[in-house]
Amino acid sequence: MKEILELLSKNADLTVQQLAVMLDMTEDEVNACIEKMKKDKVLLGYKPLINWDKTDREFVTAMIELRITPQRGEGFDKVAERIYKYPQVKALYLMSGSYDLSVTIEGHTMKEVALFVAEKLAPMESVISTATHFVLKKYKQEGVVFEEDEVDTRQVITL
Amino acid sequence: MNKDINEFISPVVRELPPSGIRKFFDIVATMDDAISLGVGEPDFVTPWNVREAGIYSLESGRTYYTSNAGVLELREELSRYLKRKYQLTYNPKGEMLVTVGGSEAIDLAIRALVEPGDEVLIPEPSFVCYRPCTVLAGGVPVGIVTEAKDNFKLTAEKLKEKITSKTKLLILPYPNNPTGAIMEKEDLEEIAKVLKDTNVLVLSDEIYSELVYDEKVHVPFPNIADMKERTILVNGFSKAFAMTGWRLGYACGPKEIIAAMVKIHQYAIMSAPTTSQYAAIEALQNCDENVKDMCKQYNYRRKVMVNGFRKMGLDCFEPFGAFYVFPCIKSTGMTSEEFCEKLLHEEKVAVVPGNAFGASGEGYVRCSYAYSVKNIEEALKRIEKFVKNHSK
Repeated sequence: MKEILELLSKNADLTVQQLAVMLDMTEDEVNACIEKMKKDKVLLGYKPLINWDKTDREFVTAMIELRITPQRGEGFDKVAERIYKYPQVKALYLMSGSYDLSVTIEGHTMKEVALFVAEKLAPMESVISTATHFVLKKYKQEGVVFEEDEVDTRQVITL
Repeated sequence: MNKDINEFISPVVRELPPSGIRKFFDIVATMDDAISLGVGEPDFVTPWNVREAGIYSLESGRTYYTSNAGVLELREELSRYLKRKYQLTYNPKGEMLVTVGGSEAIDLAIRALVEPGDEVLIPEPSFVCYRPCTVLAGGVPVGIVTEAKDNFKLTAEKLKEKITSKTKLLILPYPNNPTGAIMEKEDLEEIAKVLKDTNVLVLSDEIYSELVYDEKVHVPFPNIADMKERTILVNGFSKAFAMTGWRLGYACGPKEIIAAMVKIHQYAIMSAPTTSQYAAIEALQNCDENVKDMCKQYNYRRKVMVNGFRKMGLDCFEPFGAFYVFPCIKSTGMTSEEFCEKLLHEEKVAVVPGNAFGASGEGYVRCSYAYSVKNIEEALKRIEKFVKNHSK
């Protein structure tokens, strides 16, 4: 099971047939395993990795540090829920260190993101402070370098 | 000069056959869309921490010769690595020599040991350097044909048949290039039994030792009881750590033999590349995970490859080591060279004819899986089409 996930995490394109060959399993076994992982919410979905900078889609990404007062009896989870329910929020993590929640937000413009922070996040009762950091350029994501040259420079035949 | 310049070349060298792949190399070089399964080196680039260590050694000005036997720190690290990985004990001072690739270690060992007329036993098919090195040392190469029915292992019977009073050295090239065969502990013990009452030394070329798959484990020959005293172990960084271009290998063995090898090395080479040696220290210290991961990737590809050849109806022995498969192409009615040449022209896939690795490789081709799965699958698709077109 772990091996299927490892392979898919590097290349979600792999077919059941390919996985079966690589793992010495039957296709039925692979299918059953994948279905089970979906059911158990271990495998949540497949998404392509896109370098949006090469498209004409205009949008910005920001990472926002939030300091929070945890709620009695509910810790950070309740606040987190109120935040991740916004569709603009693409990722939300509870952090150790000098702030509590890391919020990744996407918007069409910097202004839109800034307003979202100012109007939705900052006024929340338990939010003590916010710090917004805009992403200027993505070099690497999910272990993939965006501009890597993949030319095979080996000699074509060696013994 | 009133003599043809060729006549100045020493006859021994003049008569050395050129490499069996030159022809293919030249053809492939003219094609842009050919895919190759022809390489004998990893597709992974050297792990970044190792490259970084090399860069750092340059920044720190470590640009001088090292001691002839190699940087002591590297030898000590090697000694720990061999202990940790294989329970081998070699003294970094005296029983180890760092060389320019495993190839130099092979050449040195043969030159240090072989006298004119001495016979050197070479299981074949195997890597191409053992015969020429033997000939250059004045020795007589004696091939031992290994066969698919024995999983391309060297068997005790075959070894026994070839041992004569002139036999000086047995080469043990396992895990094997080009067949991918490995020798397991029981197989090696059978070999040891044959050698026990002889004066035959062993050069164990274990360059692919880290690349052994599924449940199999690599057992170094010097680990077999009583064999250490007669064995020169050769290994290197090329395959395990994806460091082919750094040219770094090593030899371990009885101190008298290593001392003899150091003597040749100090005159011919001086010392192995300094930058590479410092990078190699990092490789030994901090790359276990990288090696494990590369091995895992190779194993996936190996399965794709073996499965692919079997599906197209070619006999394909399951290799458990190195990164080659060695399918039998006799059913196509073509010779290895015909197969490779036609495959290249018709489907633009480069593989290596088995006979490049000794006459006994005839009827086989070597396909490397040091490529991405995508590349391998495309190549297999083309080979399948080719085999179908030519089946009778």
